[in-house]
Amino acid sequence: MKFGVAIFPGSNCDFDSYYAIKATGLGEVRYLWHGDSTVDDCDIIILPGGFSYGDYLRSGAIARFSPIMKSIIEFVREGGPVMGICNGFQILLEAGLLPGAIRKNSGMRFVCKDVYLKVENRATKFTHKCPENKTLRLPIAHAEGNYFADRKTLDFLHAENRIAFRYCDKQGNVSDEANPNGALENIAGIVNEQGNVLGMMPHPERACEMLLGSSDGRYIFESLVEKGN
Amino acid sequence: MVLFNARIEVRFKLGVLDPQGETIKNALLNLGFLGIKSINTGKTFRVNIEAETVEKARQVANDLADRLLANPVIEDFQVEISQ
Repeated sequence: MKFGVAIFPGSNCDFDSYYAIKATGLGEVRYLWHGDSTVDDCDIIILPGGFSYGDYLRSGAIARFSPIMKSIIEFVREGGPVMGICNGFQILLEAGLLPGAIRKNSGMRFVCKDVYLKVENRATKFTHKCPENKTLRLPIAHAEGNYFADRKTLDFLHAENRIAFRYCDKQGNVSDEANPNGALENIAGIVNEQGNVLGMMPHPERACEMLLGSSDGRYIFESLVEKGN
Repeated sequence: MVLFNARIEVRFKLGVLDPQGETIKNALLNLGFLGIKSINTGKTFRVNIEAETVEKARQVANDLADRLLANPVIEDFQVEISQ
């Protein structure tokens, strides 16, 4: 398996993602420059966190028009797996590869801390290695993570079981207290209709070794490289 | 070709929570500005467009607002053209 990590001007979790793949030994990894117009021989694409194009206009709004995104959209159409983390999630939303939008955090602050996630759908290609009845502990670091979708969109996300993660407490209770940014229904991550695109605000790549406080992020990378049911 | 000035205003759609607007509203109430019921924040862009007619300039302004300046999931926009 070969991972491709996209780099936009202002990405800052590109090396974290690169490192996580190296450290877990789950596959090969290379960078994809925003100006490139091909994803080459990559099997899995990661859109990393950061502040692409300075977050000018809206987070992810300008990155979606970069040359590499054209080939990533093509890659998605052909069924290739793409994971957008934090700013990468925002780019996927702006590109229309995932439904909804991200607003500023309801508390108007940048929030940087570990959160717990309830895995709502363990049947996706990004989550099938997550243990049953276990919450994931992953860090978040964002000022704009407040997921929004209109009623109609939420209805089909429910109907198609496309909510991958929700913010919860350690025991797995989804509550307002456990919602760090005001996201609708505590949504922390969703998948697309075909199930090959995941967008999530928390950072699994920063939680792949116990030395960093949690290795729960590994479940997501392991799901990606190992075939599901 | 004529130079037109497009004023494009992008705002949150009604019903979409605007955390910035809420925070400003609370600050204003704390400052003693009573009677403030709601604040809707937004962005204004002034774009100079060279075009043959006002209609064509308006078309360009609408198109660029729709494709890039506004996110139609959460935002509306309004275009005003002057010469």
